[in-house]
Amino acid sequence: MAEKKPITIETPLTEAAARALRVGDPVLINGIVLTARDKVHKYLVNKRPLPQDMPFELAGAALYHAGPLMKEANGGLEVVAAGPTTSQRMQMYEPFVIRHYGIRGIIGKGGMTGDVIRAMQEAGCVYFHAIGGAGALLAGKIKNIEGVWMLEEFGRAEAMWAFRVEDFPAVVTIDTTGASLHAQVEKLSKERLEGLLSP
Amino acid sequence: MLKLQDGIKEIIRKTATSIPRDVEEALMRAFKAEPDGPAREALANMLENAAIAKNASKPLCQDSGTPVFYARVPKGLNFAVIEKSIIEGVRLATRSVPLRPNAVDVLTEKNSGDNTGVGFPEIYFEQCEEDTLVIDLSLKGAGSENAGMFYKLPDERLKAERDLEGVRRCVLDAVYSVQGRACPPYTVGVGIAGTRVAAAALSRKALMRKLPEGAEDPRIKELEEKLLAQINELRIGAMGLGGGCTALGVKINHAHRHTGSYFVDISIACWANRRSRLVW
Repeated sequence: MAEKKPITIETPLTEAAARALRVGDPVLINGIVLTARDKVHKYLVNKRPLPQDMPFELAGAALYHAGPLMKEANGGLEVVAAGPTTSQRMQMYEPFVIRHYGIRGIIGKGGMTGDVIRAMQEAGCVYFHAIGGAGALLAGKIKNIEGVWMLEEFGRAEAMWAFRVEDFPAVVTIDTTGASLHAQVEKLSKERLEGLLSP
Repeated sequence: MLKLQDGIKEIIRKTATSIPRDVEEALMRAFKAEPDGPAREALANMLENAAIAKNASKPLCQDSGTPVFYARVPKGLNFAVIEKSIIEGVRLATRSVPLRPNAVDVLTEKNSGDNTGVGFPEIYFEQCEEDTLVIDLSLKGAGSENAGMFYKLPDERLKAERDLEGVRRCVLDAVYSVQGRACPPYTVGVGIAGTRVAAAALSRKALMRKLPEGAEDPRIKELEEKLLAQINELRIGAMGLGGGCTALGVKINHAHRHTGSYFVDISIACWANRRSRLVW
């Protein structure tokens, strides 16, 4: 297989742009990404803030499952490491979040299943898989901190940060046709496991 | 003279900002062997990330983990004094490296802010015959810690009996169940023992062994090698994106068990398996 050339993505994503992507496409993400992990997801589902109560536009946004490591520098904050966290923890909240807020991209690691994939198909949203543990590399792709929401309430790791990213590398692993690389890998590994466990 | 707490701080910085040499070499071999595709790209990014982190002395990963210390203490040195230095070293490192504050009070849900608290960091002591104090450190990320698994044999679902074949079945089931969620390629630690506590302690300590270092017992060593090959046949691949390298190593520790009990505990380390040794 020849190496695929990465597709440059601009956020916010249009529905057409999201629906054009396919599993296996390498991408470079440019624009704003909004970090959202456990506490933000719980809040978005249980409190349902209105757009006027939030500093960022969620319609068309790319949410980033990440809890960055920040430090004080030059009178402000600097991102030290910001790789993806395990998306599975957001599984129970994500179908609602995608549909209700019009999210077009989820950046995370490990993939998501079932209802999330169905919500992605219906609403036109894709899953971008980033490299877990590549916190230093990915922090280098964050060019500016545009703002933060719920910093006092949730703390630095759990707040919603708006990061301006340039050429943030990821690969599409769930697309709007319902295809999932994670499901394909699991299916093959299950066949292999059965072979290895057969008497 | 340099104080022990400063030595601790320095070893934490090293462990958070670089990967062990044996792990780097194994990732390099995996990268060379992997054909073009997402898994090869993932391995390339891991190696690039390790280089960036090391050069800039920045943490590899935003989850700087739970610090776990294994101290081997010579005669005449007091455990309590060393414990104090370790805790102070963790406080200093949290500010200076920096580390992400990860210690949360389970009653108030309040983060202590300095990576210390009840039982945090984790510290294990043993007395030794040698003259030097040796402290091994693991920075254990939550993603991989959450992926650990526990089996009580016999296990009917897995047809796992109380023998090494049963252990083999548990380990394969565990890695299959975790898939790519804990940042593979993994180092897989296995503990076989007669109590739950012993099995868990053994499996996690197994992650501290260097990759080329096999178990002393040839029967266990053979199982480690066999399991590594079979785990890689699962084709879960780097970051779970499909590919030939799901694990870098399998390390098994065992203890005598009670006649009535047979526990197998499995600890997973992510690709970085951040560990270092301080000799004092």
